[in-house]
Parts: sequence; C-alpha cells; structure tokens
Amino acid sequence: MDETPRTHPVQPWTFDEYTNSYIRRAAATGIYDIRGGGAKRRVPHFDDLLFLGASMSRYPLEGYREKCETSVKLGTRFAKNPIELDIPITIAGMSFGALSGQAKEALGRGANAAGTSTTTGDGGMTPEERGHSDKLVYQYLPSRYGMNPDDLRKADAIEIVVGQGAKPGGGGMLLGQKISDRVAEMRTLPKGIDQRSACRHPDWTGPDDLEIKILELREITGWKVPIYIKVGGARPYFDTTLAVKAGADVVVLDGMQGGTAATQDVFIEHVGQPTLACIRPAVQALQDLNMHRKVQLVLSGGIRTGADVAKALALGADAVSIGTAALIALGDNDPALEAEYQKLGTTAGAYDDWHEGKDPAGITTQDPELAARLDPVAAGRRLANYLKVMTLEAQTIARACGKNHVLNLEPEDLCALTVEASAMTGVPLSGTNWVPGQGNGY
Amino acid sequence: MCGIVGLFLKDKSLEPQLGSMLTDMLVTMSDRGPDSAGIAVYRGADDGQVKITVQSPNPDEDFKTLGKDLGVDVTRIDTHAIIACSEKDAPVIREKIKANPNLRVMSAGDAIEIYKEIGLPNSVAERFDIPKLQGTHGIGHTRMATESAVTTLGAHPFSTGPDQCLVHNGSLSNHNSLRRQLAHEGVTVETENDTEVAAAYLTWKMQEGANLGEALEAGIQDLDGFYTFVVGTKNGFGVLRDPIACKPAVLAETDQYVAFGSEYRALVNLPDIEQARVWEPEPATVYFWEQ
Amino acid sequence: MEALDLTELELRSVNETLQAEGNGSNKAFEITNPRGSHAIAVGIDAPITVTVKGSTGYYCAGMNKQATVNVTGSVGPGVAENMMSGKVVIEGDASQYAGATAHGGLLVIKGNASSRCGISMKGIDIVVHGNIGHMSAFMAQAGTLVVLGDAGDALGDSLYEAQIFVRGDVKSLGADCVEKEMRPEHVEKLSKLLNEAEADAKPEEFRRYGSARQLYNFDIDNAGAY
Repeated sequence: MDETPRTHPVQPWTFDEYTNSYIRRAAATGIYDIRGGGAKRRVPHFDDLLFLGASMSRYPLEGYREKCETSVKLGTRFAKNPIELDIPITIAGMSFGALSGQAKEALGRGANAAGTSTTTGDGGMTPEERGHSDKLVYQYLPSRYGMNPDDLRKADAIEIVVGQGAKPGGGGMLLGQKISDRVAEMRTLPKGIDQRSACRHPDWTGPDDLEIKILELREITGWKVPIYIKVGGARPYFDTTLAVKAGADVVVLDGMQGGTAATQDVFIEHVGQPTLACIRPAVQALQDLNMHRKVQLVLSGGIRTGADVAKALALGADAVSIGTAALIALGDNDPALEAEYQKLGTTAGAYDDWHEGKDPAGITTQDPELAARLDPVAAGRRLANYLKVMTLEAQTIARACGKNHVLNLEPEDLCALTVEASAMTGVPLSGTNWVPGQGNGY
Repeated sequence: MCGIVGLFLKDKSLEPQLGSMLTDMLVTMSDRGPDSAGIAVYRGADDGQVKITVQSPNPDEDFKTLGKDLGVDVTRIDTHAIIACSEKDAPVIREKIKANPNLRVMSAGDAIEIYKEIGLPNSVAERFDIPKLQGTHGIGHTRMATESAVTTLGAHPFSTGPDQCLVHNGSLSNHNSLRRQLAHEGVTVETENDTEVAAAYLTWKMQEGANLGEALEAGIQDLDGFYTFVVGTKNGFGVLRDPIACKPAVLAETDQYVAFGSEYRALVNLPDIEQARVWEPEPATVYFWEQ
Repeated sequence: MEALDLTELELRSVNETLQAEGNGSNKAFEITNPRGSHAIAVGIDAPITVTVKGSTGYYCAGMNKQATVNVTGSVGPGVAENMMSGKVVIEGDASQYAGATAHGGLLVIKGNASSRCGISMKGIDIVVHGNIGHMSAFMAQAGTLVVLGDAGDALGDSLYEAQIFVRGDVKSLGADCVEKEMRPEHVEKLSKLLNEAEADAKPEEFRRYGSARQLYNFDIDNAGAY
C-alpha cells in the first residue's frame, strides 16, 4: 500500500453537493426546479434586532393587570367599514387549490377564534371559506379565476395583488397534479393542465390605471370595504408611494421569505428583498406622504414569533400577516410524519414540493384521502393557540417597553445585533449610536 | 406614470385658443398625475428670435435685473422667464445664464416655451396663465412620479435639444445603462428621470443626422420598458408606443387638428370631436405630423 | 325611461340607482353626458336596460349581470370586464381589454376593438363587427370571440379552450394558437351569435382558431414558446 501522505480531498465551495445535484437534476429532467414556500437562504432577519426594554429612564407596565391593547383597524382611509381585528396578525392569502378545503376551513376557524382575518388566493372564494371566516379578505389577482361580483360583495376587504415576496414580477403557477375537478371548474380550466397565471393584470398596467380600477371596485362594492394593495418586496419605497397615490386603504408588503404555493426556485431565492430590508423604506414612504397610520401597512414574509410581530410593529408596520407559519401550526412538515417524508425523498422541515399535491399532512393537496387526514377543528384550534401565543409574546415585549398598545412600539425601542440589520432598518448597532449606510437613496 | 395631452393645429383660426384648449385637456387628466404638471407651447417660430425659457427657485431675486444683465428682453411669468434674443447672440446669452447656477434652462429654440412646476394641472396652468397662450401646437403632462424625485426639474416635458420636447407615460427599464452610454457620447442628462434619458436619446440620434421619425424608429430597438411618448419639434408632433403597448393612448384627427389624450375624457371638449377620426395608436408604430 | 344626467348627478348616485334594481325589474334608464367618465353602469345585477348616450372611459358595464347596456358612442379600456351575464352593445369602438376575464353574457362591438380584446375570457361571447388589435384572446379560457374584420398580431397567445372565429386576415397567431377545422356545430354556434349580434356575415366566410394544447403541460422542447 502506498504510504505517501496525501492531502484531504477538498469539496469545492462553489460546486457543493447541493449545486451538483441541481445541475444533474436539470440535465436529467429538462425542467426548472419548482417548489413551494419562500426563500430558504439565510438573510438578515428580525433575529438580528433586540428590544431595549424599560429600566430607569422608561417604566414598564405590569403584566396581566395593566392593559396592553392589541387591536388594530385596517382600511380607515376611504372605506365605510374598515376591518377591526383583535390582534395585529392576519392570515395571508392562500388559495383553495393550493390548499385543501379542510386546511382552508382550519385557517378560518383558527383566525375566528383569535379575532383576525383570513385571505382567499388565486382561484376564487369557496362557500366553505366564506362560511368559516368571520373576516375574509378577497384577493383580486391577474388570473381573476373565479372572480365574480357576488363574492366581491361578500368580502370584508379586497386585496389587489400586484406581487408577492416569493416572486415579485412573476405570476401564479399551479401544476397539473393539483388541478382536480373542483379546482378546474372554479378556475374555468381543463383538468390536469399546468396552470400558468399572468404576471400583469389583464385590464390595467401601472398605478395611474390602477387608480381607475380601484374606482370601479369601489363603485361595485359601494365604497364599503377597504381596498388593500399587495406588493412583493422589490422597491418598497416607490411601490408604497405609488400604492398610496393609486388610492389604497392598506398596503400589504411581502418580503422574499414570504411563501408561494409553487414557483421556480430560482425566482424564490434570487428575486426580491428580505422582509427586514423592506420595512424601513415602506414606512419612510408613508411618513413622507404624511400617511403613516392613515394608510395601514401590513408586513409579511417570515413572521414566526411574537418577537417578530413586535419588531415589525416597532419598525412601523400596523399589522403582520402569516402564511408558512400558519401552515406549520396546522401540522405542515410535522416530524411525526418523518417516515412519509422520507418516502417522498425529503425530510420533515424541508418538504416543499407542495405543487405535487402529495402532502402527508393533508394541507397542500387536493387528494381527498390525504386531505381527510387534517381535522379542521383540531388544526384550527392549534392555529388559534399559536396566534394567541404570538400575541401574548408581543404584548409581553410591549409592556416591558412601557407601552399600553403594541402599536406604540417605536424603532427607538430597538437595537441591532449586526451591521447589516442596522443598515437595513436604520436602528443603531447595539452598544453604539451608529447606523451605517445612512443618507443613501433606495 | 402619468397623463398626457397634445394638440397640433392645422387650422390657424384655432391658434389663439391653443392654451385654453390644452389646459382644459390637461386638467381632465389630473387624476393620472398628482405630483407635477407641465406644458410645452410652440409659437412665433418665424419671428427671427430665439427663446430661452429659464426657471428659478428664487425668481424675485434672479429675474429682477436679468434683462438688464443680459441686455435682451426678458418676460417673467411666475417662476419662469422667457429670454428672447437673436440667433447670433444666443450662445453668449446661454453662457451668461449658465453663470448663474440658480437658473435652470427649461427649453430653448425658435418656437418652444416650457412651463412646469410641482402641483396639479389647474394650479400650474393658473400660475403661468397658460389658457391665454396662443400657438401652433403644444403638449401637456401631469405626473405620478415612479422612481425619480418630485421636483420642478423632474416634471415633464423634457427638452434636450433646440425646439424639442418629450413627455412620457410608462416606465423604462434600461434607462440607467442608456444614461451611462449617452454620457460617453457627450450627452448629459440632468435628472434621474427615465423620461429625460429617452428625450436625450432622441436628441442624440437627431444630432447624428436622423430625423424625428428615424430617431423614434431607433428608439423601438434601444429603449426597453413601457412607454407612450408624445414629442414635439419646431413644426412637428409625434407619437410612439412601445411594442407591448398597454399604457393608454387615444388620437383624434379632424381637418382642424390632431389631438392626443391618455384617455378619451381629455378630448371631449374639442371642436367637432364627435365627427373626428378617433383611434388608438398601434404598438411600435411612429405617428408624425408636420406643418 | 328614467334619465340620469352625469353633469347633474355624481357617478356614485348614478351607479347606486342602477345597482338598487333587483331581479324582475325591467326598467329602462338613459345616462346622458358620460363625457368619457370611468366605471359607468358597473356592478348591475338586474334585467334592466341602460342606454349610455355618448362615449365612456374605463370599465363601462364592468362585472355586469343580467342587464342590457347600450353605448351609443365609443368605450374606453375594459368594457364589460368580468361580465357574468346580460348583453353589452357598443355602437362605436372599444379600447383595449374589451370583455377581459368575463364569464358570460354577450358583448357586441359594432366598430373596432383595440388590443387584448377578450384577454383571459372565461365564457363570454364577444362579437366585433370591425377589427381587433394585438394580443387579443391572450390566455383566453372559455367562450367565443367572433371578428368580422381583421385580427392583429399574436391572436390567441397561450390560448386555453376559448374558440375564435375571424372573417378577415389574421396578422399573426400567438403561441399555441392554430387554425382548426370548421365543423357543423361551429357553423351553428357562429350563426346564432352573428344573428344575436345583428352582424351581416355568413358563417362560411370565417376561419376557426383554437388551442393546439401543446403548452398545457410543460415540455422543455417548447421552451421557445415561453
């Protein structure tokens, strides 16, 4: 045997095992990688911020006894009936089609119990989700699948979707496996086809025309319900400014960790800005227009805990929205199903082939047998618990900062742990009064 | 993102009403652009005089002795002043204007005058007494700013060459690269505005020998993004939409005029509009009228 | 006939009046002085008749149900967008997006329609007496688009199951749109629509276009079409 000492084999950093598997898969299949969820790469996030808390210069509130309000009102600018929520956390838009009927029902039950709203998705409003959601936001999307004036008038708010964080500039996608009979009928599509939605709306382009579209929607709904505009985290300062000028009551801003039912992986990981980086420019835009708190800002994309909620509000959001986290609360990616995830070639926590409709948890599927695995009552209860825990956590932090309402949290209640987070949020680096990168435009 | 109107008169008897007709059209488009408004008017092309429109943030101070300093006629209108001089004197006058950094040149040429400010069309029209202006043709614009700042200089129309102006509805997607390219050609673009880049591009093409039609044709290749452009020259008026063409555009033509509006609403008060030929310009097709 | 003058009444009050009519109402309304305004006669849900004297802006008769809306002039973008049922007749021309995403009813345009006529249509029947512009019937899912004149570029791009009949020239077909055989059932359907739209044309003069269904499921060898 050759005893000559050899250097250890080196795996290239550039061509790591994941990269090589990506190249082999593309070469073998000729299909780009499609998946669900949001960005998986590590980006600066709310974990990079900390609250200062009260001590000598500020006085905290007593837990439980001294009230710390959590209610928010969305849509106070033009709508006769703004949406009043008990908690500043809403359920983001997810379609029947992407999700099973049971999962939609569970979202409605959970949201009701916690006193908040749910949102439809690409594919229209089902009677079940209307029935199970006290407050339902109806998404108005480029595809207009299932769009009709009756459902529009049943909605408590209308959310015009310009983009989403997972794919700013891209359209929807629902692959053949999930176009079941009912989904096909709701969307007026042949069964089993790959549905590709448009990326621009079919009958307006740009904020000057959107203003006229909003007029039409308000005329049809009698100026009663709020009109939200949802944008992906692309150019948040300009996008927020233009949403306000186009006449939005509420701006929903979705960062790159925000999920999708299915799109190209390259889109999810390489287009759009991290949620943390989106919020300051958006709030700045509202402040420059003197519209902060008058046009409400709802932030989404990777909100997980009460701390995330409190930090988003402190940076200037009026509420947050959760999608992926809500699915996990229902039971998505549960380690108890590990054996089944292994069979699908993945592992609990990493499962993202939502477009294939084989979800062992019965959430992102249209297969009746799989869907029946999810008990909407029990899953709804889990979601309600989770929403309440997050709310309590946010309240705990707000009290510790001396606030009688979570919306009274301010950027000055925070410090940043990293230079990146400090530059992105305009919050000083911990232990300093330094904010890097100030004075630059967007 | 904006509202555009334009009027090119064939019938001389309408010339005294150009300003009032354009104002009425532009005010109708106010909803499309709340940030700033501007109007370019062409008149007096044959009077042998060159006109330079300048703007100042401190007009009281800057315009007080401007006529005396330059030794030519200066007519002040609010924040703008029209400096009239002979063609021979123009280069010297321009140098003198340049010496005062507060003075910004809005336009220069035999016929063009540009008036633009922050605010809604009715306030801008009132400030500059636009309804009283007569002329042969004119272009108006009301702006909803997309990415560049809401300032007087960022308002449309943009003029980057003698008697040329351009207004835009849409959003260009390669204007930053084009701005850098133009800089190499010695063409300076003063603002961050995408529209000014388009205007400067056309001016550059025309300096290279193209006529307006050819310059617009070249733009179809070189300008990426969404646009409806309306352009003016000393004696001409042109319209171009991008190949995708989803920003709105309506043209109307009678024996008396050619009119452009982002929406039909802008045209409803024009004489005999019911009898006009009304159509939407085709994508990537140059429309051009000359006197 | 109830008269609604838009120089005297706010748009909100005009629409409120029309929207207050319910099932069974067969009232007739006449809207005067539209002057290119937007969102006229939107969201109606009753078998009433509305005549708009003049030309309108964007989204005239948007999301119409049951009503018959006649416009004596021309209409701006998105006429009868997302219509569910009823009938909308335009004497003049229509701007872009006519009948966009509409699920049902009949839209008749007696003049020309500009680009994206019938974009994402989901069941509406559209009859255009004149020509239509580029990208018409883009991603059209269901329903019928009939054109007596010519069609612009990229007709029926990314077409699903909508049917297109054109009497004149087609400048170019979009991705996955092909000419198809005219079978007796198509002649019958066309003849009925031409009749309902008061169109003076014979079904035999038309060619039929539909989806080749090659883009329904992704194939890398079709990547050029995406």
